[in-house]
Amino acid sequence: EIVDPQKTAFLLRKAWTLYSVTPLYRFRRARLRDYARLLGAFIAAEKQKGLAVEVGVELDIKVAVSSLADLRGSEQDQAAVLVQLSLRSQASSRNSEDKLVWSGWFCSVYGDDLSENVPEDFTCLPLFLTHGAESYTSMVGRWFQKTFDCCFRRLAISPLNLSWMVAMWAGCKLDRAASAVELVFSVPRLSQPLDISYAIHPEDAKALWDTVQKTPGEITQEEVDVFMDCLYAHFHRHFRIHLSAAKLVKVSTAVASAHCDGIVKILHSQYLSGVLMLLTELAISQIQ
Amino acid sequence: HIATSLPLPSERDHLRPRIDLVVFMIDIKSKYSLKNVETSLAHVDASFFLGKVCFLVTGVGRVNACSIETNAICKLGEAYCSPMLFCELELEGVRVATAQRLLRMLQICAGYIPGVSALSFVSLMRNSDDD
Repeated sequence: EIVDPQKTAFLLRKAWTLYSVTPLYRFRRARLRDYARLLGAFIAAEKQKGLAVEVGVELDIKVAVSSLADLRGSEQDQAAVLVQLSLRSQASSRNSEDKLVWSGWFCSVYGDDLSENVPEDFTCLPLFLTHGAESYTSMVGRWFQKTFDCCFRRLAISPLNLSWMVAMWAGCKLDRAASAVELVFSVPRLSQPLDISYAIHPEDAKALWDTVQKTPGEITQEEVDVFMDCLYAHFHRHFRIHLSAAKLVKVSTAVASAHCDGIVKILHSQYLSGVLMLLTELAISQIQ
Repeated sequence: HIATSLPLPSERDHLRPRIDLVVFMIDIKSKYSLKNVETSLAHVDASFFLGKVCFLVTGVGRVNACSIETNAICKLGEAYCSPMLFCELELEGVRVATAQRLLRMLQICAGYIPGVSALSFVSLMRNSDDD
């Protein structure tokens, strides 16, 4: 269980872009400082080559690579690895702090399905989350691919998986007043794109889920289907629109929100482990 | 003949030719299409399920737009003892190949291929289950 809320505070309320990563070859946790230095040199070299493609993307970058010991699921999981890119401060060193411009972290929460089946020299951290400009992500990704022979792919989330997420998260018990449960649908094949946003009072959503779920702690596909069918039926009764024919593109609850392009925001530390476990599972199924 | 759901309107019954094959199309991106097919199935006479019904699942090329669980679809095919074809309409090659398969099936169901009847489809289904 992920316990220390201070260490994980940086994760919350940020939009993270998701990637799946194949196992890293000969990744040594003892060499994190070396890796930071090498990545910094790589980025400087990219600057020399004139590869700064975005306006406002500075390349006088300081790199920090650290290990997050508690960010994992089981003992079999590798501890998470955090990479941070900061802008070296130009002003005098007394009062200025380096400005964090990009963060990315690799993690595995209950990723045993993958780690059980890889040979010795490979480190399994199948989920990669980034926050910051795409150009930095691209540089960091290229360095990791070059150095550890791994492969990154954007992790898209299907409507099927989004409905699992909203069912799971809407059912979570929260102490404070929660925000609405929102589902956003995109209607296909229209001359002008149409988005439908369906907001449900969180207590109503939780009450509905509680009547559907039979065994606490266990969720089946049938239960998710019944939950979603109830929401669709309610909407159809009022608006005569079949949401089941539209594409579910985003779900939002007090616990977390997720977009089909593979962007998540985790809002509550209490269920961090559960959210990361689900995302790890998605990453692994994309790899395999 | 194309219909969005069953039953077909009874006004045109006398003008309609014999129906040799019913293809139910399920779009994997639309849960609604599955529900629609499930309700329409109830309006099909039982004799059709001896090889004159098949399911065509479209949109399978885009795994990330999937709204229906593949398990649920396969169970439907098993429950109605009817073959299930998967295709991606947006790819021309697959579209053409699928059309050719359906045409072949239709020829058999309409009795144009001597020595092979629609019942062969049912026995083919059972064999793959035993494997």
